[in-house]
Amino acid sequence: MIEPTVYELSSPGRHGPLLPALDVPAAPLPDAAFLRPADALPLPELSELDVVRHFVRLSQKNMSIDTTFYPLGSCTMKYNPKVNEKAASLPGFTNLHPLQDAEMTQGSMQLLFELQVYLAEISGFAATTLQPAAGAHGELTGVLMMRKYHLDRGDAKRVKILVPDSAHGTNPATTSMAGLQVVELPSDARGNVDLEALKANLDDTVAGLMLTNPNTLGLFEEHVLEVTRLVHEAGGLVYGDGANLNAIIGVAKPGQLGIDVMHFNLHKTFSTPHGGGGPGAGPVAVVEKLAPFLPGPLVAVEQVDGETHIHSDDYDHDEHEGYRLVWYTPSKSIGRVRSYWGSFGVLLRAYTYIRMHGPEGLRRIAENAVLNANYLKARLLAEGSYPVAYADRTCMHEFVAQGILEGAPGVHTMDIAKRLMDYNFHPPTVYFPLIVKEALMIEPTETESKDTLDAFADALIQIAQEAREQPELLKDAPHTAPMKRLDEVRAARELILCRC
Amino acid sequence: MAYKFDPNVRYAKTHDWVRVDAERGLAVCGISDFAQHALSDVVYVELPDVGTEVSQGDVYTTVESVKAAEEVFAPVSGEIVAVNAALEDEPEALNSDPYGAWIIKVQPADLSQLDALMDAAAYEAFVAAEEAGGH
Amino acid sequence: MPFIANTDADQAAMLAAVGVERIEDLFHDVPEAYRFPELNLPEALSELEVLRELASLANENEKLDELTSFLGAGAYRHFIPSVVDFLSGRSEFYTAYTPYQPEVSQGTLQAVFEYQSMIAALTGMDASNASHYDGATATAEAVIMALNTVKGKRHRVILSPTLHPQYREVVRTYAQGMGLEIVGDGGLGQETGPSKGLGQETGPSNLDGNDFHALLELCDAKTACVVVQNPDFLGTIHSPQEMQALADGVHAHGALLAVAVDPISLGLFTPPGHCGADIVMGEGQSLGIPLNFGGPYLGFFTMREKDVRKSAGRIAGETVDLDGRTGYVLTLSTREQHIKRSRATSNICSNQALMALRAAIYLATMGKQGLRSVAEQCYHKAQYAATKIGMLPGYEIVNRGPFFKEFVVRCPLPVADVKAHLLLEWGIIPGYDLTQDYPELGQCLLVCVTEMNTAEEIDALAEALAEAAELAVDAEAFVLEMELR
Repeated sequence: MIEPTVYELSSPGRHGPLLPALDVPAAPLPDAAFLRPADALPLPELSELDVVRHFVRLSQKNMSIDTTFYPLGSCTMKYNPKVNEKAASLPGFTNLHPLQDAEMTQGSMQLLFELQVYLAEISGFAATTLQPAAGAHGELTGVLMMRKYHLDRGDAKRVKILVPDSAHGTNPATTSMAGLQVVELPSDARGNVDLEALKANLDDTVAGLMLTNPNTLGLFEEHVLEVTRLVHEAGGLVYGDGANLNAIIGVAKPGQLGIDVMHFNLHKTFSTPHGGGGPGAGPVAVVEKLAPFLPGPLVAVEQVDGETHIHSDDYDHDEHEGYRLVWYTPSKSIGRVRSYWGSFGVLLRAYTYIRMHGPEGLRRIAENAVLNANYLKARLLAEGSYPVAYADRTCMHEFVAQGILEGAPGVHTMDIAKRLMDYNFHPPTVYFPLIVKEALMIEPTETESKDTLDAFADALIQIAQEAREQPELLKDAPHTAPMKRLDEVRAARELILCRC
Repeated sequence: MAYKFDPNVRYAKTHDWVRVDAERGLAVCGISDFAQHALSDVVYVELPDVGTEVSQGDVYTTVESVKAAEEVFAPVSGEIVAVNAALEDEPEALNSDPYGAWIIKVQPADLSQLDALMDAAAYEAFVAAEEAGGH
Repeated sequence: MPFIANTDADQAAMLAAVGVERIEDLFHDVPEAYRFPELNLPEALSELEVLRELASLANENEKLDELTSFLGAGAYRHFIPSVVDFLSGRSEFYTAYTPYQPEVSQGTLQAVFEYQSMIAALTGMDASNASHYDGATATAEAVIMALNTVKGKRHRVILSPTLHPQYREVVRTYAQGMGLEIVGDGGLGQETGPSKGLGQETGPSNLDGNDFHALLELCDAKTACVVVQNPDFLGTIHSPQEMQALADGVHAHGALLAVAVDPISLGLFTPPGHCGADIVMGEGQSLGIPLNFGGPYLGFFTMREKDVRKSAGRIAGETVDLDGRTGYVLTLSTREQHIKRSRATSNICSNQALMALRAAIYLATMGKQGLRSVAEQCYHKAQYAATKIGMLPGYEIVNRGPFFKEFVVRCPLPVADVKAHLLLEWGIIPGYDLTQDYPELGQCLLVCVTEMNTAEEIDALAEALAEAAELAVDAEAFVLEMELR
């Protein structure tokens, strides 16, 4: 069933809710030249019920976590607890203007301060900024800090960032955006950073290394201490891409493994809803020596004597009487990276999630995420249809299978992905990482039960059999989704980007 | 995979071809059949400005498919004197007729540069080696 | 543990299938000395306890519904129809990811496509992307796009001093590694003559003489773009003729014109897209998104068709499926980081989809008539407020040209004192203190009036301001008297 667009549904004269009558005298309008003629405002005209039916019907064309298993690798599609939503809708939070004086917003500022401290503690760092609006935004923040750190020391030669070939595309893109040069590092036979290549590229022109650990192959870097030591010895800094923190939260603190700066994806690890692609939040935590470069303003605690603190060590949770919370911009700040303070609504959900878990609960997240991934991987390996990249290693929160099926040479990963839809599963991430052929990157997350994992494994196994016996079932898939396969080439050639 | 190789052009290792137009002595440049296969359905070609000077090996344009955006390198040095405007509306010509659908014409600075490029047989061997290398 | 489904029995069966004895064994790659560190965090709370804790934090705030607020400065209180929360809260929208698999993501994709259509219609532009993080980052992306669109290497960027101060800061943060020269916003012009009246002027409308001519004078062959805001940060709305003249001047130098705009104003005023702008972007929070203490917000971004391939960010396009039925996909993804990697012009790989959905629902619900009446009410109420305040002894309206929903009031006493008195005695937040951002203006307050402010509230604001001025006069008299003695 095709759902018409809001413009197709529009009917002249219809309208939604009305405003109260104007209760002040109407002022003269400016010169007509300023004004938009009423008929030159091409917005649709709909009744409220038209709008409700339209968007409810649209929603029904989506797969979502609340309706189906969604094992999208690298995206950590865990259950989004509803308590987060209830907390976030408290009017004391939603109805607060970002530019109200700090005296009026101490409750929200306290929440932000606590979250800065919690994230630093979880990851083993000294200080945190909550401003970045997404993981990629956090990366830019972090790399700009690395750049400024070197410049501040008078070291202008450091213009290169080393990026492993397994990295997410944002790492090299971020590096270019920050005006630095990318040097790609190969992976070794076990999926780690190739140490020899690393050594060969380390010199006094290297600003740092961007390391995703566990990496996009779902593997924990086996030489992480050596990698970070080598970079530090060469005078560089190590950026930690926190996209995969769900695998090691409570299990290891990246700050203790030699990482100097790291972003979090609150919409992954800390359960805030993905919302169809955003909003997320990408806070960045740093070691002590990078703290002066953090974007401002941060929330700081101002003591009665006027001294200001942003560090967790300086602040006792139970003794914040006699303090007040203030906005504070560090001395060598790279500047603000967005307007106001950050995506407060997202940050508050992450805070709620951390408070509900406590130290033990956070560790259980990683343990169950890793157990679920290893179990699913073991089930596929036991059956044998799907090759798994680096199958001999213990995976972390995700693993990369391959859509290369014996006896079905014409079938590709994309066909398997589309066929999964007919089994009412959202497909895994496909064709990423780039270094694995026909990649199917599977991340089950900790909130899924063994029953769901079994059903998903059964479906994949059944699909492998179909691929051998009735490949057209896969080639023509999906059969039961709201649409058949869509023509992406046509979309890119014709470029119809709006219609009104 | 069987690719088409045009015996009348010379090839660069970057999978670009060049042919000297007998009439005006211009170097006509495009991308090889292997390159268009690797790209899959081309959706957009960003045409450079006429009058731009390019050196052999310079990136002069980017060709986009839905899954890749590949840089195209000049096989010879010189001034760009013409661009194939038809590709703006019909970028798919690069897929259907890779040796007919030229992208630019260059007033070559030094025709001897062509001598270092591969002929069809050498390029066919080069492609075969590259495929065997596993990409 | 909350939200984890596996029972002890499940775990045992799974460990057996994996072939390890204990969960801890799965982490053997983590260096032993650093494995399972202590986390110094407060103990877990139940749902009931956590809600109590959060309610108590929320209660420590003084929220706007208990106060009367005239605070704007880029984040606005507008009416949000009930359907916006209801529909955007649908699980299927809320808990979906980026629509990588279009066959099972048509809900998100069509909503984004409709958002793009309505935003392009509103701004008068050819195309909109699926959104950026907020107005400030959309502005930074506009600058980056301009750098990639103009012919040749250009490194000068001209920012209007009346572009939102935080947007200017973010542009500078983004650009710090790009070797740019960012000029134009050193301060407002020197001329600080008194206001000549309200809303009737058609002459040079920018506040305090810093009109667009000064920006154009900075424009040269090395300039990539000029960025202005209309209505500007100080509320003044610039005429379409003035905008077109600016656009023509900028284009004559081969540069682009980017205009930040309040989308609500476009219900009443000529959009920048009809006056030669190349990029129109801004903060979309006004379109059905709560204030939320600053986020999540919505950076909308629109452009000319010819420049679409130079833009960053997600974008949805129309196509057909195998059966020829109309559907939607993410398109132009070759511009993005996952394909271009280090050659990509921006690293953005998400959009504010849920916020764009809210804006789409808001625009569809308010529609053609509704948005116009919101804009009209903002305009009339702001004029009413300015007229009342302008008549108060000691206060002066600084805007010389027409303004939309915000205007600048020069106060007879320090703005901090005005604010303190109104908050303590009247429960009124009178506006945004401009003394930090624009010290050259003197004791100035930026007052914002929307359809949410009643006539009664506006009258109270005027009365309260009058009282504050009287107190100041009394205080001064007192000091004078003391000195004389």
